Amino acid sequence: MKLRAPFSTIVAVLSGLVVLGGYFFPQFLGEVRVTMLRWAVVMTAFALLAGVYNLLSVHIRKMQREKNAYSGILLISFVVALGFVLVSGPTGPWALWMAQYVQVPLEASMFAVLAVVLAYASARLLYRRTNLLAVVFVVTTLVVLMGMAPLYLFPEVQWMQGARNLVTQVLAVGGARGILLGVALGVVATGLRVLMGADRPYEG
Amino acid sequence: MNVSDLLMPYVGPAFVILFFGSMVVFAILGRKSAGKYLREIPAFTKLRHAVGLAVEAGTRLHVSLGRGNMISSSSASAVMGITILERVARAASISDRPPVATSGDPVVALLSQDTMRRAYRFIGADTRFDPSSAQLAGVTPFSYAAGTLSVVQDSQVSANVLVGHFGSEVALITDAAERNGVLTIAGTDDVSGQAVLYATAEETLIGEELFAGGAYLGAGSLHTASLRVQDIFRWLLVAAILGGAALKMVGIL
Repeated sequence: MKLRAPFSTIVAVLSGLVVLGGYFFPQFLGEVRVTMLRWAVVMTAFALLAGVYNLLSVHIRKMQREKNAYSGILLISFVVALGFVLVSGPTGPWALWMAQYVQVPLEASMFAVLAVVLAYASARLLYRRTNLLAVVFVVTTLVVLMGMAPLYLFPEVQWMQGARNLVTQVLAVGGARGILLGVALGVVATGLRVLMGADRPYEG
Repeated sequence: MNVSDLLMPYVGPAFVILFFGSMVVFAILGRKSAGKYLREIPAFTKLRHAVGLAVEAGTRLHVSLGRGNMISSSSASAVMGITILERVARAASISDRPPVATSGDPVVALLSQDTMRRAYRFIGADTRFDPSSAQLAGVTPFSYAAGTLSVVQDSQVSANVLVGHFGSEVALITDAAERNGVLTIAGTDDVSGQAVLYATAEETLIGEELFAGGAYLGAGSLHTASLRVQDIFRWLLVAAILGGAALKMVGIL
């Protein structure tokens, strides 16, 4: 069923207002808010099925058009994983074996690659941006790293740990709170625009 | 029960009503000057150039909406990503290679598909819409990064726009884009993700700059009005924090 613009907008705006009202006046709208959020969670589960269909259709098309080997591997992995879960259940031994010996090691490997990528990117930053902020970024990173990492050949450097604590517990916390306040105001503005029907991420 | 306990339940609604009222007033007052008097944000200037270049050169733009979903605090960044996707898709869908969107949440993937369809309808080219131009890349942080990498490494992509909720895994995406020599514009609502993007992306949107995308890409007067209201409320918050600290120091609070 396709909802036309005014109707879908009215439904979205009213739902948003009720949920927002439920936070502010839980004694009146709290139950309704919880029920509507439960509906949203159930609908998200159905959206996951649509997402899986989208993922499969994209990779089937890629395999047919571009003979993409990675898409073939993804499709085979999907069928095998689905078979394992159907046979042994989502918490059965086969499914757990697959998570423990395939998914976790693969993601851990990517995490290890990420550490190298980040170290390399920090070093490259000075080539890409030759300004004061880039220098401050790299120096701060080095101070925090050296304050945390064990320096086996050197005795413990007290001032370095003090510098690390100053950066991580005072400067970084202050800066992060400033950024988060800005983000929070942006979130409020975006939410209100959705409630006013100005931002409509849905059909309408 | 003291006075502050009595007033506390009304602070939230009062804040929202004041914010809402200010947005409406500024939207009405600034209808004719929407988009003017905005300070330059290099990321959005480069994005506009990238859209123009993609249309001229017949290359593709990639918009990635991150791992945020619609039922958590990261939904606002996902909505902002969809707004930017709509502006980019409207402008660049006439290119020989239309934009492609990736996301890490099935609901956001469906919404991005809907947004792309709407953009094609807006330019009167419904038949050119390809459902696979909006893809679900993966639902865990690293599967999302791995799924997005295949799009980033496409030789036809001339710019990557990463707007949404990203953690540190975004470095894998920005690193691949840099290796391809492709422009990357990125912004996230996650603090650690922002630090990573500052080190790895060519142009980074810091803090609330992420939420200014609509105003800078001409999405309407309400976007510009909300920027003004955010500025006013930011100064009010700064005054409240400094005032509170001063009152605490002198022992009143």
